[in-house]
Amino acid sequence: MKYAGLLVMPTGFFLTLAALILFPDAGMRATFVVCGVAVELLGLGVAVRGHMERRTPEPEHARGAGRR
Amino acid sequence: MTTPAPVPPFSDALFALTLGLLLLAPLAIAGVALLNTGLGRSRSAAQSLLGCVTNIGVAAIAFAVVGASFAGAPGHAVRIAGKSWDWIGLTPLLLMHFNTLRPEAQLPVLFEFLGVGMLAIIPWGSGADRLRLPAGCAITAVLAGGVFPVFAHWTLGGGWLERLGTDFGLGAGLLDWAGAASVHALGGLSALAVVWIAGSRRGKFPREGLATAMPGHNAVYILFGCMLAMVGWLAWNVAGAILWLRVPPGGLAMIAINTVLCAAAALVATFTVTRTRFAKPDASMCANGWLAGLVSSSACAAMVNPAEAILVGAIAGIAAPLLVELLELALSIDDPSGAISVHAVGGLWGLFAAGLFAPRPGQVVGQLVGIATLLGFVFPLVYLLFTIVNRVIPFRVEADGERLGMDLHELGGGAYPEFVIHRDESYR
Repeated sequence: MKYAGLLVMPTGFFLTLAALILFPDAGMRATFVVCGVAVELLGLGVAVRGHMERRTPEPEHARGAGRR
Repeated sequence: MTTPAPVPPFSDALFALTLGLLLLAPLAIAGVALLNTGLGRSRSAAQSLLGCVTNIGVAAIAFAVVGASFAGAPGHAVRIAGKSWDWIGLTPLLLMHFNTLRPEAQLPVLFEFLGVGMLAIIPWGSGADRLRLPAGCAITAVLAGGVFPVFAHWTLGGGWLERLGTDFGLGAGLLDWAGAASVHALGGLSALAVVWIAGSRRGKFPREGLATAMPGHNAVYILFGCMLAMVGWLAWNVAGAILWLRVPPGGLAMIAINTVLCAAAALVATFTVTRTRFAKPDASMCANGWLAGLVSSSACAAMVNPAEAILVGAIAGIAAPLLVELLELALSIDDPSGAISVHAVGGLWGLFAAGLFAPRPGQVVGQLVGIATLLGFVFPLVYLLFTIVNRVIPFRVEADGERLGMDLHELGGGAYPEFVIHRDESYR
């Protein structure tokens, strides 16, 4: 999940770059740049969430599962 | 290859003033180093401060050997959609060309040379109490030899972010005149990558209950570091304004005043927030608030009036303690120096505020493109590079070393040999 978030972040960056190249209109460009930043923040949120999941201790009953 | 914009000649007096300011700027690095040390544990204090010094040394060498070559102008550009995208500098290695530059063109190189020293100690502070010295040096080499130079070329060396204004009509391009993006935001985001890879300190997040409080060991270091940092920051901001914005002498005093106002407003805001939440003001949080104000001033002190400077600083000062708490208690991110809240968030907020208050149309979009580049390209790249470095030179010290303390484990002696060092159990 952490890596998924980290992969989403460049997507937002490329959205921002695409906005610069594709839209000469200032309003459209600004909208897409804001969307790009929003996608990056979403990716960062997912990465943070993934980090938290990694920190959560493994439940006691799951640790020995499959070994007996 | 693109040719750099001609540098207008400096008068001798202006050259001497800028050089003098740049020679004072390392006081900011010294202040942050003291802050990092004070916010860590007493049993890692010597390793922390030694790490700051070695990281600055490695940063200086890496930047001089290869970094300055990638950061400098002229650069290499590719053409996409009819526009020139200047992405990397192409000057000789080992600063071979430095003596051939005119004096006023040497000063920006010195500015970046000092900036990389500040950048080097920001992630080091976040890895306090568990990050090994060799790992700190390797991290610094990657940042100073590769990531910083390329990004600094984009923002300061005539690269595509600096040219957003001329190429796309976005204000004056990304405004990074005092290193808010290339030094502080980059340093703060690198700190997040280091913390994620190295993990939290032993016993910080127990299996049950809240995170363990591990307060800084020396409030005097922390607060004196703040005062020292302010002197360096004033020099840094004024020198940056002369070099990158060509602010005339009549506008320099206002930049210094705005710098102090940002820091002061941030301190008052943090003081108020911590007093409201905990009934008493928290010294280390107040120090972080002060620093967050200074960091945000690096982005906007030249673009705002005093009232706006107070507003920008106050928001940075409110955000810093709340974010420190959020990161630690809700998001399980163990950042002893608060670099993520102070440098990353303070820097990004300052960059946005600079766009918001700058008089040029399109400036806020230009600043957002810079923020998007930091979050969407630079941060994942830094995380990837650090993950690779961690495979070769492990970031985290062995469990036994962490238990003994980094001073004893890595240096063989403590910073305070005559004092009792607290064990882990004392934090519970």
